[in-house]
Amino acid sequence: MAAAAEKGVVLLDFWVSPFGQRCRIALAEKGVEYEYKEENLSDKSPLLLKMNPVHKKIPVLIHHGKPICESLIIVQYIEEVWSHNPLLPSNPYERAKARFWADFVDKKVAECGTRLWKLKGEAQEEAKKDMIEILKLLEGELGDKKYFGGEKTFGFVDVALAPFTAWFYTYETCGKFSIENECPKLAAWAKRCKERKTVSESLHDPHKVYEYVGKLKKKYGVE
Amino acid sequence: MEQSPSCLKLFGSWASSYTHRVQLALKLKGLHFEYVEEDLTNKSPSLLLHNPVYKKVPVLLHLDRPIVESVIILQYIDETWTDHPIMPIDPHERAIARFWCHFADDKLGPAAGAVFGSSGEEQKAAVCQVHENLKLLEAELREGAFKGRRFFGGDKIGILDIVLGCGSYWLVVFDEVMEVKLVDPEAFPLFHAWLRDFEEQKEVNEIIPAIDRLLEYARGIRQLMLSLKDTTSSTTTTTATATTVATNSNNNVVIGSGTSV
Repeated sequence: MAAAAEKGVVLLDFWVSPFGQRCRIALAEKGVEYEYKEENLSDKSPLLLKMNPVHKKIPVLIHHGKPICESLIIVQYIEEVWSHNPLLPSNPYERAKARFWADFVDKKVAECGTRLWKLKGEAQEEAKKDMIEILKLLEGELGDKKYFGGEKTFGFVDVALAPFTAWFYTYETCGKFSIENECPKLAAWAKRCKERKTVSESLHDPHKVYEYVGKLKKKYGVE
Repeated sequence: MEQSPSCLKLFGSWASSYTHRVQLALKLKGLHFEYVEEDLTNKSPSLLLHNPVYKKVPVLLHLDRPIVESVIILQYIDETWTDHPIMPIDPHERAIARFWCHFADDKLGPAAGAVFGSSGEEQKAAVCQVHENLKLLEAELREGAFKGRRFFGGDKIGILDIVLGCGSYWLVVFDEVMEVKLVDPEAFPLFHAWLRDFEEQKEVNEIIPAIDRLLEYARGIRQLMLSLKDTTSSTTTTTATATTVATNSNNNVVIGSGTSV
């Protein structure tokens, strides 16, 4: 196990994690072969604890035995090491914009999504309003483009957000709203993402995600 | 290459460590810029126009195009003006620098803010949290990624020095205002030495406001928070209110919000 980690590319991950899926998508987009290691988050491996001692979280990319942590940092690392099929534009201003929106996804989507499935009553209503606002802002940035990266480029922001499309069904069901109604362009983008092999092979069925959230709800005593 | 002032405009706030980051990077690169001081209690239409999502400083305007979020601005500056680089070249080194920049804003900053926004037992716990974070940085300086280096960036100031440095002076201010010991030179000798060295650099000295000014400012906010506490029974409410007050009166000083602006 240690020998394999020393040689090539290893990804420590958890099946349903959208953060891990970003890394899978990026590696697939670049055609990089890697070894996938599923972590049991209630019993983290010595390798994970060694490679990410600060946060003890997945995903962790291990390349030539050296760890890279935090999903967007991993994606930028992948981008810089395997520079063909760039995910980021070459123009510094466009790069700054892409980083901004990927960071926006990081700051807003997961946290709000968790509130949406975990909370009830007024707090859940608040989370639903926040989620719709967040998705509308993202839709504004997408505009009429095929992808956030442009007409031909599945880019950095697409990689950052695409894994959350598998959670849209959960958000809609918990919040009782339709993303297609609220953000039709974003819903159309989500469909296009699913048609992309690198995405469809990295994501899980939305109903499986919903089932997983159901188990989390039981665990946290949320009705 | 000298840029005319109209090319570069920075919207900032005098006590905002995030603003200082950008000012320092521009200074290190030898770039001239126009500075606009924002009244964060009464934000200008320009600020709201250029940063509609977060409505915060700093905002860098280059050729009339806005770039926001301090760490993103720093990378933009580095990629646009490539002399005196602040990011490492090696991809793994770059990932390490980004990781610790994120740590500074996601962990250390909010932990320090929690110290400022609390008192008594709650503050003791918050101080412990800051120490846990500093322990990690100290370990990296002693035997980890930054072993043997004068600065996190090596012989010269790099992006992580800028991010950690512009913000860590608040730890020293908090030590004085609240009589806590955040940057304990015995517990964190390397971090302490690095911070002293960083603050003595000519460009840093020219950017960071005088300590007296920072102390006066911090004391003022702290007094306001404590007076709110006297009129509120719930500690949670008090801390939240205090944090809001601190955040509103100086939008993105390290206090409170974990946002990496």
